[in-house]
Amino acid sequence: MSTASGPRVGLFVTCLVDAMRPQIGFAALQLLEEAGCRVEVPRQQTCCGQPAWNSGDAADAASIARQVIAAFEPYDYLVAPSGSCAGTITHYPELLARDPVWGPRAAALAAKTHEVLSFLVDVLGYTPTGLRLDASATYHDSCSGLRELGVHDQPRALLAAVEGLELRPLEGDNVCCGFGGTFCVKYPAISNAIITEKAEAIDATGADLLLAGDLGCLMNMAGKLHRRGSKVRCYHTIEIIAGGGAGPAIGETP
Amino acid sequence: MTAQDQTSFKARAGAALADTTLKLAIDRTTGTAERKRAAALAGFPEFEAARARGAAIKDHVIANLDHYLETFERNATAAGAKVHWAATAEEACDIVVRLCREADAKHVTRSKSMLGEEIHLPDALATAGIERVETDLAEHIIQLAGEHPSHIIWPAMHRTREQVAVLFNADHKPPPDAEDPASMVQSARRVLREKFLSADVGISGANFLVADTGATCTVTNEGNAELTTTPPRVHIVTAGIEKLVPTTAHAFALLRLLVRSATGGELTQYTTFHCGPKRPGDADGPEEMHIVLVDNGRSRMIKDEFREMLRCIRCGACMNHCVVYRQIGGHAYGGTYPGPMGAVLTPVLDGLKQSRDLPFACTMNGRCAEVCPVRIPLPTLLRAWRVRSWEEGLEKAPMRAGLGLWATLARRPGLYRLASAIAVRTLRVLGRSGWIRSLPLAGGWTEHRDLPAPAGGTFMERYKAERAKGDSR
Ligand code: SF4
Repeated sequence: MSTASGPRVGLFVTCLVDAMRPQIGFAALQLLEEAGCRVEVPRQQTCCGQPAWNSGDAADAASIARQVIAAFEPYDYLVAPSGSCAGTITHYPELLARDPVWGPRAAALAAKTHEVLSFLVDVLGYTPTGLRLDASATYHDSCSGLRELGVHDQPRALLAAVEGLELRPLEGDNVCCGFGGTFCVKYPAISNAIITEKAEAIDATGADLLLAGDLGCLMNMAGKLHRRGSKVRCYHTIEIIAGGGAGPAIGETP
Repeated sequence: MTAQDQTSFKARAGAALADTTLKLAIDRTTGTAERKRAAALAGFPEFEAARARGAAIKDHVIANLDHYLETFERNATAAGAKVHWAATAEEACDIVVRLCREADAKHVTRSKSMLGEEIHLPDALATAGIERVETDLAEHIIQLAGEHPSHIIWPAMHRTREQVAVLFNADHKPPPDAEDPASMVQSARRVLREKFLSADVGISGANFLVADTGATCTVTNEGNAELTTTPPRVHIVTAGIEKLVPTTAHAFALLRLLVRSATGGELTQYTTFHCGPKRPGDADGPEEMHIVLVDNGRSRMIKDEFREMLRCIRCGACMNHCVVYRQIGGHAYGGTYPGPMGAVLTPVLDGLKQSRDLPFACTMNGRCAEVCPVRIPLPTLLRAWRVRSWEEGLEKAPMRAGLGLWATLARRPGLYRLASAIAVRTLRVLGRSGWIRSLPLAGGWTEHRDLPAPAGGTFMERYKAERAKGDSR
């Protein structure tokens, strides 16, 4: 339960989780509170602005960035269940570098922005207890979390605390799944070639579950696996850590 | 213009994706390269420090380029070489062709040089009626095939052994044993050696230009550069001005990074410093040595957002580790340089309009920057091109309008929540089974994969409802 003395965390839900899979947001909320944080969900949040930023629309990206900064700077931390969105927020100082007012505010927010799984482990020292899931799983490292925020060992450490869960190595676990935001719809044929290889590697593990830390990548992988008729079920890692492994996987109806 | 053909990027990429032999060839080469690099780095614990130093050396030279160019010219001239300056690709080719004519060259040998490809030297020599003999095995292969390099280290990496056998069979007399790689190499050696020894002019590139000695440095694994640069009467070097290093020690600091990153070796088989022409008493060497220093857009890059790209030592690691390159190969990029570094450089050389797809055909996964031995922030530079593309109005109208609408909503949280809630309900209706198999406006997605339907309700709605319940309790 949240304590009066714990750090104040602003939960950045991310637009994709908000619309497509709210249980990821609730899992984050639950674990952050369990780990002693006072969590709030600022209503002024929408998206981190990544679609604009990756499209070269720096002006729109900057105005969305200012909105996120204003909404989250009162908190001790900004935490997001996505390495990609948290990664974008850590790039705000670049985006607002020439702005004497917003530049420093962007830097201050970037410094206290975290991806949720690494935040639980690195900052809060959280270890889950009493978790059991009898299944085999394989894990894909989403690129932004891995390379921009150093998310690698933390989710594996959390998953290791789940009794009965067998983690199987994934060939090319650090290779992009071909999602890339607008990339996958701008260059569908190339994206398809990349995700096909990824899906083959996932199937080759023979694991029951595929876990990852970013919903964009997960939707890409789950969508391809389903199209191929694969039986692998996909979850965000935090759902498993929050004890949601019995609930419907991505694309399953309850 | 360096565009190899006028087809669109998507058409070229599509053709490459359909070519299963090409994929086999790409996987063989990049897979081996990736494994060997990883093994080399496992035995090189000081890699991170070496990278930092490599980047610092290049940055220092770029910041003091005028100084080092003058020093290099002075020392190269003192060693007996003649230094020429070329602002553009055309100027560089004109100088080389003129030097070949002055030497009365019937045929010239050339050892692999990406700068030569960048300035289109092969075409310029052909137009001038000068026969060109490529001495690098892979360059020999693509010359026979009438192609351009598809990789900066392995120019013929797109051709399988089996395809090369067919080319050699048609050209080499007598043809080699196609089943035996050694016999094929032997055959190329025999055909090429005759030409090496009778060439009037040898043209090479340079991996480094050493300012304090005036030497140029080439590295190869076949020894062909030595046979290109030593027997002919005239040796011409073409090199980009960013190849400068202050001293030989700096060249070695970068070599340690270059070779490990490129082939996973510790050093290439041949590392040669060429310092001026043959001196009295030397056993061999050319009578004349000319060094053509090429700018071709580089001094412009010093001043703009692509400055860090001048650090590039052309190791090829970024393309070997690129998911896009590994699917489409080098030719689809349509420029001299493929892969991530090519996607940054080609718009510099050819103009953004002609190569606008390149900075966008990237998932921004960052693996290229992770492996780059001189720490070039390639995704940041690709993003800089995207910003320019947006600012120059090159983005297509539907995408612009769509993003504009989305950004308008994203700045109005209340409206955004409403729009999300409507979208979620619509998608839920379309995806009652849990999956959506086809969706207008998202054809790029559903053509190849299913779209999971939203799990139900937006987070913001549900959170608000739960809070209200909690408060009334
Ligand atoms: S950009 Fe970096 S990794 Fe790519 S070729 Fe240049 S030096 Fe090598």
